[in-house]
Amino acid sequence: MEPTEDQKTVRDAFARFFADRCPINVVRDAEPLGHSPALWARLRETGAPGMGVDEKLGGGGATAIDLLLLMQEAGKVLAPVPLAEHLAATRTLARTAAGRDAAWFGDAVEGDIIAVPALHPAVDGTARLVPGGAVADVVVALDGDELVAVRSDAPMTAPPNHACAPLADRGVRNGDRIVLADGPDAEALSARMRADWQLATAGALAGLSARALEIGIAYTQERRQFDRPIAAFQAVQQGLADLVGPIDGTTLLAARAAWADDSGDTAEAARLASMAFLACADVARNTTYRSLHYHGGYGVTLEYDIQLYFRRARGWPLVLGDPDDEYLRLADRLFGPAAPEVTR
Amino acid sequence: MDFAPKPSVEEFRASIQRFIADHLTPEMVERAHRTGTFHDWEFHRALAATGIIAEGMAGAGRESGRDPLELYVLFDEMGLAGAPFYGLANAMLVAGVIEQIGSEFHVAEVLPKFHSGEAIAALGYTEPGSGSDVAAAATRAERIPGHPGDEPVWLVNGSKMFTTLVHEAGYIILLTRTDPDLAKHRGLTMFLLPMDLPGIEFQAVETMGGDRTNITYFTDVHVPDRWRLGEVNGGWDVMKVALAYERGVFGNMNQGVTLLRRFVDWARTAERSDGTRLIDDPAVRRRLAKIAVDNEVTALLAIRPALIASQGKLPTTEGSVAKLYASEAYNRAAEACQEMAGVAGLLSPTHAAGEEWGFVDLAARDAPVTTIYGGTSEIQRNNIAEHRLGLPRAR
Repeated sequence: MEPTEDQKTVRDAFARFFADRCPINVVRDAEPLGHSPALWARLRETGAPGMGVDEKLGGGGATAIDLLLLMQEAGKVLAPVPLAEHLAATRTLARTAAGRDAAWFGDAVEGDIIAVPALHPAVDGTARLVPGGAVADVVVALDGDELVAVRSDAPMTAPPNHACAPLADRGVRNGDRIVLADGPDAEALSARMRADWQLATAGALAGLSARALEIGIAYTQERRQFDRPIAAFQAVQQGLADLVGPIDGTTLLAARAAWADDSGDTAEAARLASMAFLACADVARNTTYRSLHYHGGYGVTLEYDIQLYFRRARGWPLVLGDPDDEYLRLADRLFGPAAPEVTR
Repeated sequence: MDFAPKPSVEEFRASIQRFIADHLTPEMVERAHRTGTFHDWEFHRALAATGIIAEGMAGAGRESGRDPLELYVLFDEMGLAGAPFYGLANAMLVAGVIEQIGSEFHVAEVLPKFHSGEAIAALGYTEPGSGSDVAAAATRAERIPGHPGDEPVWLVNGSKMFTTLVHEAGYIILLTRTDPDLAKHRGLTMFLLPMDLPGIEFQAVETMGGDRTNITYFTDVHVPDRWRLGEVNGGWDVMKVALAYERGVFGNMNQGVTLLRRFVDWARTAERSDGTRLIDDPAVRRRLAKIAVDNEVTALLAIRPALIASQGKLPTTEGSVAKLYASEAYNRAAEACQEMAGVAGLLSPTHAAGEEWGFVDLAARDAPVTTIYGGTSEIQRNNIAEHRLGLPRAR
């Protein structure tokens, strides 16, 4: 369960990168769009955008565990770049001949252009509220029975939203449109892309939770009431201690999902990615809620960083939709499909 | 990060599964539930005959022994199969303590009896007036003035609560107060008492979850000094060794797995009044999927202390983290299952051999105690807050 020395090297390198390049003012300055082109440019230099793509295709050939460690470090600092999205989209492109043959494939692997996944099938040629869609050059989406990659101009504007996330509606029938797959292959590739995105997002949320807990602990040790730090009160301590098991356990669950992916067990990896996504989202919501709560009134003021964490804990996972719908999909995997006539 | 099962551990798991299949009968399981005594001599001695208790756990100052991961698997498989294992857990725990702290006399006289399965032990820490505050033990041990050169004799008076299996035990490990003038943790001395000493009596205490436990009274019990375990007024050091075992691998935290499996099996056939199957109800499916996620998280946290010990390192707060999460998750699962089962979830087991129903009610009754025994959730949180998060000691 412990990272290997190589994995620690990857983790520590990205921890240093994000500590240096993404102090919290970078997150604040990127609002409301939620994207920092400067940070993306720096990240591009590290090779992170193409890490998930095979070396033979010009990528970094990283394992799923390395990608997870990268995402955890990105999550800790709330890095305002569509990295989870880009990793999922580029891995999907690399899985198809049409994707690999795209004129701009190499640019996507390099990170010179940004690719993102639509998490829901397009309706009437439009993919709604695509994560990273406001800043992406390429959107990978299910359009009818086709999985397509569409290159078009990024709108560079997002509807104001809870997480200051660069969401946008994107047309998938205009621009440079490539069909990656159709029929059942398209469905399967799209499901796998979603699993990749879920796992990357689970990693980001795990990192977000870990840091949100640290922020909460630091604040309660510094804030004095009734002549002592509020961290000395058992009510506060117990509430903070409650967060440890969920954070540890769901972080391990995400790692186990990545390990299953690296072992080549795609079905197991998808099941665990769904579980890790749901669990990490739940824990991030609860952790940021508590941590914000222990800040008292200051927690809801924009001056304090914890509100940035609180909003992203909700906003990042909810782009997939109501978690209850994902629980139902998970139930199908675990217990087999429900009898159709009573599906309500 | 490697999540591949260790081949040696999986081999051991298969051997334990075979052992359980060969030796555990439905009658044993039924008797355990009917009597509340989760110990079966026939099963216990058959297991002891495999040498597993004598082999003990490697690490913790012990060169040979079983991989802690194997012992984790042993209790996990016992739990999944519903095998009565409390006697085994206590025997292995006290045997481990004797090996680390016991005298030559203990090693020669008592240890072989635990190893062979001839005897098991009960744990005498908790008292009617002290549970979580275990160092507040008031059971008194006073040295009887004797002649020089004679073996000193201690006079023990007091009572111990929740002495589970004392009615089957040959020995009880007993935390006593030997010096009331010293600070709370310093005036304690541990003994290992043979249960046949005159002056020891016990009464059954029945519990909501069906476990039979006991209250044990010690009235002018004369205890020769050779039954002392560790130094005089050094009882807390012995306690720390014992607690390390209790919060380590000797137990089963994956009760939610069995509950979910049984519930899903049942929900596949159980029909609502409108003729629909429970398993087809989206609300039920969502809740079951949530339990499945909790179970996965629990499994990873539960195995972690054993994994750390298996690598020759000492787990610190990982046991507390696992116990807190597992027990709270089991309660969530039991509550959810009872609600989903509706009124049928209220029906209790009838104890008939092979009877499947009643497991929901049983889980709902059993789950609350898991957040209490072995250190309450509040004690685990204190431990985590202080030793993991570095918050000031708040008690």
